[in-house]
Amino acid sequence: MTLPPSPAEDVPQHKKYFLDKFGITERLLERCLGEALSAGGDYADLYFESIASTAIGIDESLVKTASQGVSAGCGVRVVSGERTGYAYTDDLSPDRLLRAARTAALIASGPAKQPVQGFTQTKAPSLYPAPAVDLDSDLSAKLDLVMRADRAARAYDPRITQVRASYSDELRRILIAASDGTFASDTQPLARLNVFVLAKSEDRTARGTSGGGGRVEIDLFQTEKTPEHFAREAARQAILQLGAVPAPAGEMEVVLGPGWPGVLLHEAVGHGLEADFNRRKTSAFAGLIGRPVASSKVTVVDNGIMPGRRGSLNVDDEGSATHETVLIENGILKGYLTDKLSARLMDMPYTGNGRRESYQQIPMPRMTNTYMLAGDDAPEDILRSVKRGLYAVNFGGGSVDITSGKFVFSASEAYLIEDGKITAPVRDATLIGNGPEALKYVSMVGNDLELDEGIGTCGKDGQSVPVGVGMPTVKLDKMTVGGTGR
Amino acid sequence: MSTVALPTADLQSLAADIVSRALKAGASDAEVTIREGDEFSTTVRMGEVETLKESGSRGMGLRVLIATPNGHRVASTSSSDFSTDGVEHLVSGAIALAHVTSEDPFAGLADASEFGKLEGDLKLYDEDVYSLPTAERIEYARRAEAAALASDSRITNSDGGNFDAYTGRKVFANSRGFTGEYRASSCSISATPIAIGKNGEMQRDYWYTYARSLKKLDTPESVGAEAARRTLRRLDARRVKTQQTPIVFAPEIARSLIGSIFEAASGDAIYRGASFLAGRLGEKIADSSVTVIDDHTIIGGFGTSPFDGEGLPSRRTVVVERGVLTNYLLNTYTARKLGMKSTSNASRGLAGNPGTGAGNLFLVAGSTPPEEILSGVQSGLYVTELLGQGVNLVTGDYSRGASGLWVENGQLTYPVQEITIAGNLQQMFQNITAIGDDLVFRGAVASPTLRIDGMTIAGE
Repeated sequence: MTLPPSPAEDVPQHKKYFLDKFGITERLLERCLGEALSAGGDYADLYFESIASTAIGIDESLVKTASQGVSAGCGVRVVSGERTGYAYTDDLSPDRLLRAARTAALIASGPAKQPVQGFTQTKAPSLYPAPAVDLDSDLSAKLDLVMRADRAARAYDPRITQVRASYSDELRRILIAASDGTFASDTQPLARLNVFVLAKSEDRTARGTSGGGGRVEIDLFQTEKTPEHFAREAARQAILQLGAVPAPAGEMEVVLGPGWPGVLLHEAVGHGLEADFNRRKTSAFAGLIGRPVASSKVTVVDNGIMPGRRGSLNVDDEGSATHETVLIENGILKGYLTDKLSARLMDMPYTGNGRRESYQQIPMPRMTNTYMLAGDDAPEDILRSVKRGLYAVNFGGGSVDITSGKFVFSASEAYLIEDGKITAPVRDATLIGNGPEALKYVSMVGNDLELDEGIGTCGKDGQSVPVGVGMPTVKLDKMTVGGTGR
Repeated sequence: MSTVALPTADLQSLAADIVSRALKAGASDAEVTIREGDEFSTTVRMGEVETLKESGSRGMGLRVLIATPNGHRVASTSSSDFSTDGVEHLVSGAIALAHVTSEDPFAGLADASEFGKLEGDLKLYDEDVYSLPTAERIEYARRAEAAALASDSRITNSDGGNFDAYTGRKVFANSRGFTGEYRASSCSISATPIAIGKNGEMQRDYWYTYARSLKKLDTPESVGAEAARRTLRRLDARRVKTQQTPIVFAPEIARSLIGSIFEAASGDAIYRGASFLAGRLGEKIADSSVTVIDDHTIIGGFGTSPFDGEGLPSRRTVVVERGVLTNYLLNTYTARKLGMKSTSNASRGLAGNPGTGAGNLFLVAGSTPPEEILSGVQSGLYVTELLGQGVNLVTGDYSRGASGLWVENGQLTYPVQEITIAGNLQQMFQNITAIGDDLVFRGAVASPTLRIDGMTIAGE
């Protein structure tokens, strides 16, 4: 195997990391891939992963939680036609790696195949900092962040009675080698600051949450996205909720604010456009490429190459560069998100969306950062156009049944709109719609595209991965709001 | 990496060794958790094996406490590196972290007198889950899917049949003399068929059987047939108008409501005032027909263990008795915060402080057959699926996506979808007007059929 020499200073020595720490040599990678294809199979890959993580938490103004963790392991995958064999080990000694390769090999039954001779290192961008040392170097700076968040939330209003803030980060190092000659490595930082508060009035208690981060270094929280920024936002939401009225029930006009409400796209269309569901024809979007699935004002992309974003990746978990992929263009469905397996079986372009939660999991098509492009409308005009409806600006999670297309997302900050004006804040309510239909009711798209603060975690088949979402202000002419009020 | 492995055949000795290293390094107290597990899973789709996965892993976690004049400083570390170097980093890292945390007057291990464990065979482990050759395990998945596909011509596709097996071992030791270990096993068969309705719209649903022993699983054929029945009854669903009607929750849906009672009664939410049940101990919080029990001692139960995450003996706790909130669910820390005793509800991951976990949590069955509950509904909704989170435990506000079957004159009629159901848990528990006699444990949390009045359906 021949690896191109990498420039000495600007590329972190990922390969060297696994060699130094675990003794993973090029020869060993070749042997394991050979073993993985010893019973035939079309393709095999090795995914090495080493993670160091830190979490610090403040609660009742006391630092009650401090934890660190390390884990490492390797997953071996063998693909034969539509079949996948998988095995993993947390012991990276050669005999355990070879044993895992033999276990995964059992999916195939035929004469041994040879991996491609020689690897080609994936050309990848440098979308985020790759710290030379583990992120656990500066504990006091992390402590300072949660303590500042605690103080700022309490200072916001005397009705704030409980504050919890947490800072967590991880540094994930990966190395991928595949029988098709793919070789890639990456060092992926991920950090997040979260604030949770309770506000109490005489007769009500309400909660507020805020948070953000991304593939960033700690100084982002010291300069731009400060603890005070998140703390005030959480406190503001909780105080607001103290005066909230019951949410309305039924179909109405809905205006979604910019940024995190883009979770609508993630649930309504994103999951349904993941290629595995469409290959099996289990998605409500199967067979709809080239057909209208949204109003002509709607263009939606999935973009893994945004610097520093929570959903961004230099390379995906199959060792390929990530892309910007157009999913819906002016309302027309353009494509699916693919991994290697689905791209090959469906004869579709490979979009670099193969992701996995950890070395213990089989990769599958997943979103990165998914958002709707900006339109022409001023947000004020959008609100002014609504006679009676809901203006939702913050959400908890969402969920979708990709087969029926039905999806929900839960508003945690929303207001009534009456005669074009924002009036009372409303209590928590779930919104429900039908994926292939919902975006056809988009009648106005704002000029104010925003991405979320960096808090999204997406779950699929029991695997969680960090993602981003975004959207400008958007008006849907009808959507069902699940409140209890009139 | 050091290649000198510690003796891991005996994980209890390893745990005790890590505890003593932590004490030598400066901890006043220490707790160690070690977990190891093996998993097998296979998916068969449209008759062909799609995935086959077989592997094992292990991990260890250390929590150290350093005594100070005003309480303890606490920190934790976790690792998958069982080498000598790995253990040294685990210990030194935890001690270093503890020095930056705050003194907490309520932190600290339980008194030595409180530790203990249930004796005797709790029937949590049966090695038969791994006794079958791989080909036969694949056959279970294949048979479940085949039964679903063969049920009806409208079932034309499938998300597959699955067979999964898991065995795991958990060791816990602390510096106050407790050492315990138990093994657990589980296996399951499931099927997820997809059917196409008159207008070409697809629906899927699924069914499963889950047990600690292969012998106790339902047959793959019965799983496939039930999955098909559940999928077919969703076809050609309609929407309904926004309205208030009685809502009947199928058992597999009602259990999420019982989970909400548990979370709202957990000490962590109570001492913060972050729950609509805070300060309500001894008060009537539900209809007087409602009794909810959290029992960690049921032989062979999915939520059974000999001891909790802190080494306290497992027990049975009545959470709600005839509508009255009788106990909060507590671990050592939350009990101290509230001036009470732990209810042995500590849960524990490898890292972090203990949380609060349920055992076998259930609402005690009533005497009404579910058909009779339905026959009492003039017009209403029978809920068979919920979508999304939509539960705010601080306020009790409840709003979730739903689908199910419409009830007319006591009979199930057409399927409905794309609606929400909403209310507030405080009123919903008071408005439980019927409880079924159909309590079955298909997992650790179980409920019979429930009827709740006064909720709002949002639809067209």
